[in-house]
Amino acid sequence: MSLLDVLFGRKKATANVAKERLQIILAHERATHDTNVFNDSPSWLPLLQQELVEVIAKYIKIDKEDLKVNLEKRDNLELLEINVTLPDSIEQ
Amino acid sequence: MAKIIVITSGKGGVGKTTTSASFATGLALRGHKTVVIDFDIGLRNLDLILGCERRVVYDFVNVVQGEATLHQALIKDKNCDNLFILAASQTKDKEALTQEGVGLVIEDLSKDFDYIVCDSPAGIERGAFLALYFADEAIVVTNPEVSSVRDSDRILGLLASKSKRAVEGQDKINARLLITRYNPARVESGEMLSITDIEDILRIPVVGVIPESTDVLQASNTGTPAISLKGTDVSEAYCDVVSRFLGENKPLRFTQADKKGIFKRIFGGAR
Repeated sequence: MSLLDVLFGRKKATANVAKERLQIILAHERATHDTNVFNDSPSWLPLLQQELVEVIAKYIKIDKEDLKVNLEKRDNLELLEINVTLPDSIEQ
Repeated sequence: MAKIIVITSGKGGVGKTTTSASFATGLALRGHKTVVIDFDIGLRNLDLILGCERRVVYDFVNVVQGEATLHQALIKDKNCDNLFILAASQTKDKEALTQEGVGLVIEDLSKDFDYIVCDSPAGIERGAFLALYFADEAIVVTNPEVSSVRDSDRILGLLASKSKRAVEGQDKINARLLITRYNPARVESGEMLSITDIEDILRIPVVGVIPESTDVLQASNTGTPAISLKGTDVSEAYCDVVSRFLGENKPLRFTQADKKGIFKRIFGGAR
């Protein structure tokens, strides 16, 4: 703030900062919220999950619920997340 | 068949109930038989804003649970023959409303009324969900402020995915934006998000802009809907909202800052 701004009590223009921040966070949220129309998870996701379980189950004893597959969109990149919970002791 | 309109926002304190009261009154004053329903179970306030708090005998939950008839629970507005109010319960918990029960009440009301205005509670829980579920149209109330805009975006997501129209694959809900507590002077000095900024972000058409005003508190103090404070900017702005909603073409008003004269600059304005 310049001395003149202080003298005349002018405030900083922050509306453009607000707009930018909103555009960034909403682009992200629209892509991830389950309640949002923009997040139509692809139909092959459950099948991928099932086949992955089958493959891993050949080697390690896991249940269907132990493997989670999630597809996220972030700006212009897509992130495929696969999360496997292994049993306490891995037996052959 | 009645048209069902939800007044919603996500965030609390942005003016949903103020808007519901004024919008429903406006529709009724234009000759349309209108009922306004308070969906904020446990935190009823629409009765207070409309000045009928001492006439609530039976409420929405009583009707849903079959303890009272609609006829017993509907409160006729004291100033406007075409307006009826269905108050929220103050004692029951918010789980008391069921989707089926609310559906039956709305179906019943549809036979007698032209418009059903649903005043949504804040948040995205059961009451807010049920308020928007049956809607044909939505008015999303937003303040020019980051948290309000973000929550409005979330509600727009819900309208597009969880409402009856969305679930049943019908035409989507016609959602429009109402900006409240707008301060043109602060927008011009770059301190506040502008109408265009909010439109750009939320990407829905604007149905109205209500200027920030001390008159809104005066209205709620006295249990008068703001639209009935004749001659005030807020009243005029709400009248315009009703006109636009009914399909009239009205340019936005009260969106430019007053040009202050030198004396006002020095001594300050009266408002």
